Formats: sequence, structure tokens, C-alpha cells
Amino acid sequence: MTKLVIVESKYKIPLALPKIGAAGKTGLWRLERPVVDTSKCTRCFQCEIYCPANVIRVDKEKGAMINYDYCKGCGICANVCPAKAITMVKEGE
Amino acid sequence: MVLKVLTGNYAVAEAVKLARVDVVAAYPITPQTSIVEKLAEYIESGELEAKMIRVESEHSALAAVFGAAIAGARAFTATSSQGLLYMHEWVHWVSRARIPVVMAIVTRAIGTPWNIWPDHADFLDQRDTGWIMSFAMDNQEVLDLTIQAFKISEDPRVYLPVMIGLEGFILGHTSMPVDVPDPDKVAEWLGPRRQPYVIDGSKPWALGSLAWPEETEEMFMDIQKAMEESKKVIVEVDEEYGRLFGRKYGGLIACHRCSDAKYHIVSMGAWSGDIIESIELLRNEGYPVGLIRIRYVRPFPDKEIYGIVSNSRAVIVFDRAISYGSMGPLYMDLVAGLTKYTRKLPYMRNIIAGIGGVNITYQDFYKLIKETIDSLEKGVEPPVFTWYHRRG
Repeated sequence: MTKLVIVESKYKIPLALPKIGAAGKTGLWRLERPVVDTSKCTRCFQCEIYCPANVIRVDKEKGAMINYDYCKGCGICANVCPAKAITMVKEGE
Repeated sequence: MVLKVLTGNYAVAEAVKLARVDVVAAYPITPQTSIVEKLAEYIESGELEAKMIRVESEHSALAAVFGAAIAGARAFTATSSQGLLYMHEWVHWVSRARIPVVMAIVTRAIGTPWNIWPDHADFLDQRDTGWIMSFAMDNQEVLDLTIQAFKISEDPRVYLPVMIGLEGFILGHTSMPVDVPDPDKVAEWLGPRRQPYVIDGSKPWALGSLAWPEETEEMFMDIQKAMEESKKVIVEVDEEYGRLFGRKYGGLIACHRCSDAKYHIVSMGAWSGDIIESIELLRNEGYPVGLIRIRYVRPFPDKEIYGIVSNSRAVIVFDRAISYGSMGPLYMDLVAGLTKYTRKLPYMRNIIAGIGGVNITYQDFYKLIKETIDSLEKGVEPPVFTWYHRRG
């Protein structure tokens, strides 16, 4: 292949670098909160895989952990959980 | 120096081979097809080390070229008419992403009615896309412009895609001897592929995500700035190429007997050769007329043309395309552009001709130019707008 050289230019280019929370703490939008019962969690990773906001991490010891700063409460994790370890609870309750 | 007898389309393919492109993606359309057929032959025989991506449409052809380009490849495609219109969305996308790409447009009338003959409608339809747009007069210039397109597009002062226009059949399928420069010398001059960013997995980034209105406008203002800056680069490249390979054209415009002319013709493309013939006949009869040939329609050479026509008695602009309900695109650009430099325009006539591939010869130009000058000398201004049509 032809040799490639990256030469930056003075021009503004429509590139964006990823950054956590670029649009603020979007968890504020949440109406319902997913709550994990870690005793039921089998560490199957389904919630982490399906979460559209990428805010769930499954820890071998602690089970599914949700970052509520950015979780918008869509409920997909509760829906896909085969162990029914996640329940949706109304915010403020 | 190696002279080869090449059609315009093969001259494009030869230049693309000399530029050592890494990726070609294309979809066949008349009259472009023989460019990518020839490139496929080069790849098959090993003369060109590149990937040919076969796609299901022109929309995908330019999308594939774009993808290859942002991944760091020198990439090329070619198309015509309906194919170009089909890829139009990507034409904008590539320039706004500021990624160097080169594309040849072998011009052909737009249907319907179905028509494969050349005019400039498809090419000039792209004039608001942010691409550098050059147009050749003969097959030698096709080769030279195509090689230069890579140099200009990959210049960090430009970072815009470049399209080269050539008329289908008149150039595309007609042969002439073309001087093909030494491959190593071309490779050395073009140097490595240059681009402002690359997607190679080393660092995550997003292209084309949501931007606020102000940020968006600033990016588009930079395209305008780069267009302005590219004028310098185009002239520089033309001069460098002239020093190294022996052909210099004059940058954004090429002039024929302009300096002592009192009447100026403005044109673009292959028929400029016929205009030169008619000018020679008229000169023999004492008519002080010269030709300004537009080689780059984007950026538009308004300042360059103003430098020549500021004292002109009259300017005739021949357009091979029309903006229905208005006038010829070259005429509109020129009149608008000249108002940046003067409040006193000369008499300026716009003649539309050759639409749908109607053959216009040097006799037609001879007649039209002579009639215009004779009339003006008698103090009668011919209509500013004329659509010249003839049969047979």
C-alpha cells in the first residue's frame, strides 16, 4: 500500500472523540430504576451486553453493577435477565 | 518520455495507475466504464497493486472509496450522468469530511429522454458540493489533471476531494498520442498518501456525529477558506508539474491569444479546441478575439478572468449546461464573480449550446462569434441570453 502520513490541518473537521458524559448526567431522565438482586445474579453478562447506554458492568464477585449517573431506566436489562435478578423500581420510592 | 495512443478514458486509467492508488470501487456506466475496465486489467496483470471493490451501485461506489480513504488508502472512482446523480449524497459527504479522494466524471447528458451523448449538466450539477472541480480539453490534459488531482487533494492546505471532468466519447472514446511521464518520477513527486486523520483502530473517534449549528457553520466556512487557499496550490502544482514533466497549462485558466484581444470568449472542455480553430480563422480576418478556457470551475477563477477581461469590449460565455429558468452555470458564476472586482462589466453574452450532445463545430463558433462582434461594432447589442440549437 502507498505509504500513509497523517498531516493535521488548520481546518475544523467533523471528528469527535469519545468522552464520558458529553451530554451531561443523562441518568436524571430516569423514571424507573433497575435494581439488581445480586444473590440471584448468575454473572451471565446478558444485561451488560444488551444495555444500550453501556452503563452495566458484571463483576465476578459483586454481580451486575449499574452506573446510575447515565442509566436512563429503559428496562432492557430487567427484560433480558434470565434469572429475573433485575426489577424496575419507580424513582423516588 | 513515452508516447502512447490513448483514449481519454485510458488516459485517466493510466494516470490512476501512475498515482499508485490502493483502492478502486466502481459501478459501470456509459461512457465511463472503460476507465475501470482498464484499471481492472492493470490489477489483474499486476501492473497496479490495488483492490478493486465491485459494488451494486454508484452510491456504494463512492461510499466504499470514502471508507477506504479514511482508512488511509489512496482511492479512486469514476462515473457519469445518472450514476453521478445517484452518488450525489456521498459527493457531499466526502468533501465535508475533508478526506482526499479523486474521481473522474466522463460527462453525459442527464435523462430522461435516455441519452448517452456529452454535455456538462451532470458535472456542473455538482458545483455546490465542496469538491475541487477541473475539466480537461484533450486527452493529454486528462492525464495531467488526474495525476495533479491527487497532489492537490492530499495537500494539507486543501484536504478536499477533486473531480476531473472530460466529455464522454469526444475525449472518453477518442484516441490521441499522450505523453506518459516516468512512473517513478510521478511516484516520487506525489509522495506518500497524506490525510488529516485515519481510522486504523488505534484510537476511537466518531465521524459525522451531531454538531451544534455554530460548529457546523465553522466547518463549512473552512471549506470555503480551503477553496480560496487551493487556488495557490493549483497554480503551484501546475508550475511544479511543468518543471518536472514539461507541461504547464496556466493554473485555473488557460488562455489563447488573450493578451491583445478586445473580445474574449469563455468556455470549458473539449469544444474549446474548436473555439481555438474558429479564433484562428477570425484572427486571419482581423478580429481581435481570444479564448479564456476554464480549467477549474471550483474554485471559480473570477479574479483570474477579471485580470483579463477588465478592459474587454465584450465577453461571450459558451455554456454546455443550463440552470433551467435562469442561465448557463459558467455565465452566472462569472458575472457574479466579476462584481467582486468592478461595477463596470463589459457587455456579456451567454450562449447555451451542445446540450444533449448536439455537435457544435468550429464553423458554429466562427459564425456566432463573428455575428456578435459585427453587431456590436455597429452599435447593436445582441440578446444577452441565447440558446443556440441546430439540426444536422
